Amino acid sequence: MPVPLTIGFVPLVDACLPILAHEHGFAEEEGLSLRLVRDLSWASVLDRLLYGHSDAAHMIAPLTIATTLGRGRPAQPLAVPFVLGLNGNAITMRRELAGAIATPGQLGDPLRVGAALREIAAQRRAAGAPLRFGVVHRYSSHNYMLRYWLAASGIQPDRDVEITTVPPPFCADALEQGEVDAICVGEPWNSVAVERGVGEIVLASAQIWRRGVEKVLALRESRLDERRGDVEALIRALIRAGKHFVDPENHAANAAILARAEYLDGNIALIGRAIADRMLLVRGSEPVHYPDFMFQYREAANFPWVSQAEWLYTQLLRWDGLAFDPAQAAAAAHVFRPDVYRAALIGSGEPLPGASSKVEGSLDRPLAVGAQQGAITLASNRFFDGRAFDPSDLAGYLASLP
Amino acid sequence: MRVVIVDETASRAAIIREGLAAIAGCEVFVIGNRHGLIAQIGEIAPDIVLIDLGNPSRDVLEEYFAVSRALARPIAMFVDESDAETIAASVEAGVSAYVVDGLAANRIRPLLDLAIGRFNAFARLQKDLDAAKGQLAERAMVDRAKRILMDDRGLSEPQAYAELRKTAMNRNRRIAEIAEALVTAHQLMKGN
Repeated sequence: MPVPLTIGFVPLVDACLPILAHEHGFAEEEGLSLRLVRDLSWASVLDRLLYGHSDAAHMIAPLTIATTLGRGRPAQPLAVPFVLGLNGNAITMRRELAGAIATPGQLGDPLRVGAALREIAAQRRAAGAPLRFGVVHRYSSHNYMLRYWLAASGIQPDRDVEITTVPPPFCADALEQGEVDAICVGEPWNSVAVERGVGEIVLASAQIWRRGVEKVLALRESRLDERRGDVEALIRALIRAGKHFVDPENHAANAAILARAEYLDGNIALIGRAIADRMLLVRGSEPVHYPDFMFQYREAANFPWVSQAEWLYTQLLRWDGLAFDPAQAAAAAHVFRPDVYRAALIGSGEPLPGASSKVEGSLDRPLAVGAQQGAITLASNRFFDGRAFDPSDLAGYLASLP
Repeated sequence: MRVVIVDETASRAAIIREGLAAIAGCEVFVIGNRHGLIAQIGEIAPDIVLIDLGNPSRDVLEEYFAVSRALARPIAMFVDESDAETIAASVEAGVSAYVVDGLAANRIRPLLDLAIGRFNAFARLQKDLDAAKGQLAERAMVDRAKRILMDDRGLSEPQAYAELRKTAMNRNRRIAEIAEALVTAHQLMKGN
């Protein structure tokens, strides 16, 4: 008899791995019967996780750090034994703004678009109507990536521009109504705005940080301990789902599954484009192929690097205006659990990195790295401004940021 | 005590409002539309905000409350470690509560208990309604299947029904399932 395991998710393309692990029978073959619970806000996904309604959840990575450190509610330690994917978000702007700073139908150069945006942001601020950006959550990768890009472009978030929370299903509407000038959101919601003709995609988050951590699999730490064997089985099932997901042969079938009413309840064509890294930037044009728009499986992308958790911690300090604290830094680093990932996959033939932490953003060409198992070559993982994150000196990194 | 109910389902908001109105000293406001949600809450300055777990605007509210911590009337999610049972019950029922800091727990409890009760009652009603709709759809399907048997095999209505029932019993299926299979097969044969 398969053992039941409940996983919460928000209807987004990057909820794909648990859904496909269930639909293709990978979970069942690992002895698990997955029950997927859909929610429309991260707050509700988190509530269900914290109060035991779900065993695990699809979650925005920074929220796991914030919850562990007790930002906004009493601290509850979470654990992340698996990264559900890298990148996959985009910045979509109202047409007049996009037209003023970028070439319609082409992804912009983040440096150049940032410089042009800086001028407009200054004008709008001087006119008393600062630019407004929408992100999906205060503790989302979207917020941190957007802020990283703005700050490195000489635009100070919260002073030069406003950043507000807009739930994904309302993003197109908020652009249309002029509630915001731009949104940073995952798929299919950028494409929905483009199809409605209310926005144009200007940048992909992968252009800001080529290998940015996005959604993760989160559990309460206590639940991970109680169900350690089941979680390791789940990791093996998710890896198989990832392998299936990146195979172009399966794109159409997987898009059709994700689009179903009980999952994303969305448009197959739009979901299919996101899976294939083919984005329609402007309504009525041809989709543009941007490799690694959404990054899965390859290069051990699902491995929970401790350095990713530490980078998220630095951004939490940066934008919540908090001081560095070694004990909190250690608690944040401990959220990501490469030990669990390794235990699940040792002996499986899946590549396992030799290290558990790395300098993020240091590679501008492919590099073969040491592996505990298999062979791993990491491609460029740069931040657009060329800055690298060295996890051995968090305070130094924070001090160096604009 | 000023209570805001954020709910896009007008009928549910109405039954909760009606219940809360019976609690002494409770002034209830309903916000049904996401537009201007934060501005409205700011204007009402509530002591308690109730919002259903299915509402996508929960993340917007949490952001606002996080920022408002610095304001005169900070609001937090009703998360009191000592009262895990109430929280579990409210998550179960699908309602979340945000409460002005410092509001005594004994003032919140009756109100939250009532909201939980009403949410559960509403969910039961919804389930009954869905079941009733399902039954109506099944009855229509059985009628279509009977019509096919009557037209194609010249059976009377009672004979057609008996035929469906016999097949269902032999195959250990529900009559509605047999009817659906027959209607689908008939459509396929006719090519539409």
